[in-house]
Amino acid sequence: MMRACLGIFFLSLAAVAQAIEAPPTAQDPVLEARLNNLAKELRCLVCQNETLADSHAELALDLRREIRDKMRQGMTDQQITAYLTQRYGDFVLYRPPVKSTTWLLWFGPFLLLIAAVGGLTFFLKRRRRVLEDIPLSAEETAHLNALLHAEKKQP
Amino acid sequence: MIPEIGHFALILALILALVQGILPLIGAATNQANFMAVARPAAQGQFVFVAIAFACLAYAFLANDFSVKYVATNSNSLLPAQYRFSAVWGGHEGSILLWTLTLSVWTLLVTLFSRHLPQAMAARVLGVMGLISIGFLLFTLMVSNPFERLLPAALEGRDLNPLLQDPGMVIHPPILYIGYVGFSVAFAFALAALMGGRLDAAWARWSRPWTTAAWVFLTLGIALGSGWAYYELGWGGWWFWDPVENASFLPWLVGTALIHSLAVTEKRGTFKSWTVLLAIAAFSLSLLGTFLVRSGVLTSVHAFATDPKRGVFILIFLTIVIGASLLLFAWRAPKVGLGGKFALISRETFLLANNVLLLVATGAVLLGTLYPLFIDALDLGKISVGPPYFDAVFLPLMAPAIFLMGIGPFARWKEQSLPELAKRLKWAFGVALLSALLMPLTLGKWTPLISFGLLLAFWVIATGVYGVWSRLSQTPGTMMSRIAKQSPSWWGMQVAHLGIAIFIIGVTLVKGYETERDVRMALGSAVAVHPYSFTFRGAKPQAGPNYQAWVGTVEVFKNDKLVATLHPEKRNYFSTGMAMTEAAIDTGITRDLYVALGEPLENGAWSVRVYHKPFVDWIWGGCVLMALGGLLAISDRRYRLHQRSANASPTLTVESQA
Amino acid sequence: MLRFLAPFAVFVALIVFFAIGLKRDPREIPSPLINQQAPAFKLQQLQAPSKQFSPSDMLGQVWLFNVWASWCVSCREEHPVFVELSKSKLVPIVGLNYKDKSADALQWLIQFGNPYVLSAMDLDGRVGIDYGVYGVPETYVIDKQGVIRMKHIGPVTPEILQNKILPRVRELSK
Repeated sequence: MMRACLGIFFLSLAAVAQAIEAPPTAQDPVLEARLNNLAKELRCLVCQNETLADSHAELALDLRREIRDKMRQGMTDQQITAYLTQRYGDFVLYRPPVKSTTWLLWFGPFLLLIAAVGGLTFFLKRRRRVLEDIPLSAEETAHLNALLHAEKKQP
Repeated sequence: MIPEIGHFALILALILALVQGILPLIGAATNQANFMAVARPAAQGQFVFVAIAFACLAYAFLANDFSVKYVATNSNSLLPAQYRFSAVWGGHEGSILLWTLTLSVWTLLVTLFSRHLPQAMAARVLGVMGLISIGFLLFTLMVSNPFERLLPAALEGRDLNPLLQDPGMVIHPPILYIGYVGFSVAFAFALAALMGGRLDAAWARWSRPWTTAAWVFLTLGIALGSGWAYYELGWGGWWFWDPVENASFLPWLVGTALIHSLAVTEKRGTFKSWTVLLAIAAFSLSLLGTFLVRSGVLTSVHAFATDPKRGVFILIFLTIVIGASLLLFAWRAPKVGLGGKFALISRETFLLANNVLLLVATGAVLLGTLYPLFIDALDLGKISVGPPYFDAVFLPLMAPAIFLMGIGPFARWKEQSLPELAKRLKWAFGVALLSALLMPLTLGKWTPLISFGLLLAFWVIATGVYGVWSRLSQTPGTMMSRIAKQSPSWWGMQVAHLGIAIFIIGVTLVKGYETERDVRMALGSAVAVHPYSFTFRGAKPQAGPNYQAWVGTVEVFKNDKLVATLHPEKRNYFSTGMAMTEAAIDTGITRDLYVALGEPLENGAWSVRVYHKPFVDWIWGGCVLMALGGLLAISDRRYRLHQRSANASPTLTVESQA
Repeated sequence: MLRFLAPFAVFVALIVFFAIGLKRDPREIPSPLINQQAPAFKLQQLQAPSKQFSPSDMLGQVWLFNVWASWCVSCREEHPVFVELSKSKLVPIVGLNYKDKSADALQWLIQFGNPYVLSAMDLDGRVGIDYGVYGVPETYVIDKQGVIRMKHIGPVTPEILQNKILPRVRELSK
């Protein structure tokens, strides 16, 4: 009751001066920020396509509480992710750990890039060679002349 | 009675699709004009019957006919009328019917705008589209019949998923599907050209407007979906690299590559087999996306009820359609020929390099999306691949593509001297680099990533502005006539590229400078998010049509002046008991103010999430510009003027280059 | 001309994976605790709050550890299976009453029958987290040495009991 009265009091006050500062929901905002950063890379197991940071599932709340406790106990982020993977497996990690089964995942795109650039260079060089070897047919020459002619006419 | 009419209409549509898919192809192969002539009327008739079926389902929804199982699971008598209509595609069966309807609309458009095509070509295009339609109609009738009755009828429907009860969800799926399915036209043109053995500039010219149109809708559809996630999911995210999002993004990436490759094929007659492969790939990825979403092989936020029979059906269909077209490609493409010659440094090369980068990026997104499936199939466990992976892999692949995007329009066809190019663009680069380095300082925080993002965006803008300026200054006449003299497709390119830059600015600034506050707000208390102050004025209960809501009032002040009053809601839907967060957003050109209610606390206080999101709307603004660029390109008269002479020998037009 | 077949080859490989993938349930996450020592804990018993339960109490016998709650709808679905099983005395079943209220849980057991030797009360869900519980009900098979040998996620049907769980129990009891 007292708080509600205060609320009304502040409500009237707010029109005149700035209102009271709303406190952060979490008791320890610094810890909470660290928790959120970590939880953004963790997958909620119940509603499987949300991060642990965004999920409102009961288990997600429990896990956030656990992580908060572990952080207070001084565990590092690595230790906490290890704690979670021991129980739930790599599935909880949105950033898959680099190991033999994920080498293709992590390095595949860059191998693909190298292969594609290599293939492109090879293709362009070969293409030039092939095209140089084949003399233009009469029809193609006429066509080419027409093209060049057309090009000259335009500014 | 009405649902049975709908069911019957689908069967008739299937018969017409069979006619459309078989006779014209035989006719084209054996040169029988009367067989080929069947294509148009069959396609138009098919459209009529699919439309009737769709109308019947819509009627069942609007009339609350809960004797139809699909209506009973996806609607409710309390549901407002506009959502009862959009509930038609709120579940699996209706989505597939919408897919089929969209396909028949595209087919109808092809019958209307293909009079200038050689008869065999038009017959093949419509035939291929008919074959795709057969697959989807069979799928609907065999394992996804939306007209299935429920005996005895339900007294009340289970309701549409509250997440989908939103204006964005009324238009997002149709627009997205128009884009998705639109690639079927480019696909059909590609297959028709392969069958006929005529892969030439004319083919590229015919498919270009269709491809661009599909791409425009896909761009808008993806943007709408992302906008919906932004305000409806209540945590201010706009892209999550979810499998369903990736399923729409993959065809977009390939479609973007296809648009550029088609330009080269049309103008220079080169890259023909590459272009045709891209056309096949774009539509294949659309089908693949449908498979991923509908079969349940991947988990996703869009948890659709899944039925293994459906997955098997789509997989078989996928195998037949894509497998056959890739085999046709392997058989016909080697004989296509290479086309015009060009030097190692030329516009052709730049466009091809950009194409390759887009395809590598597509490969990376596909790999990340499917990797959990691969690992599981090989019995190596279960893993998750999420945003951290995609951000780490996608951005480095796209950055060089964006860089090339600035250069490409300046390079000449056939041959370009590199030093000359460098000379022309060094100022643009200097300006972009300097402003990218300095601008973050004025915004309060400098990080290498912000500067790099801005560099890419400013580079695209600077080269664009320089390109427009040099093109206009070389054209004689008044300013207006100079602008009018450039072709709409050239303007379209400039606008779409500007859209990319705007998009990058939005992403960079919102990621770099957004502020989030999670606070406990008592009546009258305030939270400051520089330069704004949010004051909580309490939350009141309010009844909605099919939910009970708490509606909060938050006043936003800037320098003690009221700038916005926001009403975030927390809704509880009666039928499902699901709680939904409806964020309240004050949209502005330079920032969004975003407020979402959390949980009620003691004495009328609430936990509230407050976000200040600078430049976030530029993300969607950029998408709209891209789509606008596409529309400008389609409006180019060239596509219509040359259609008349299309029957004659394919003409290669060489445009003047700035 | 083989390079023109490359897209087809890639596609065939994809199709093979999809075909296998269709048979899998993407929601089922294998537990990393299989073949690991069952995590130790000490919890109050539901029916005898003065007494405590610890997994080490079960050393020397093969047992089932079933996570349940009165608020869990699918627990009702599997419950008759366990009630039947408990009558056969094939294997002892220990319950983990997960994030429940004691009164609700007791009432639930009276209403649906009690197949459990005893149920331990995990009020705050901490033991659940140690066991990697993410969707109630879940059932573990634990061997004589206290090692987790199998985990089933979701309701146990008579088929799953007969074809998966009991064969494993018999094998471990030898």
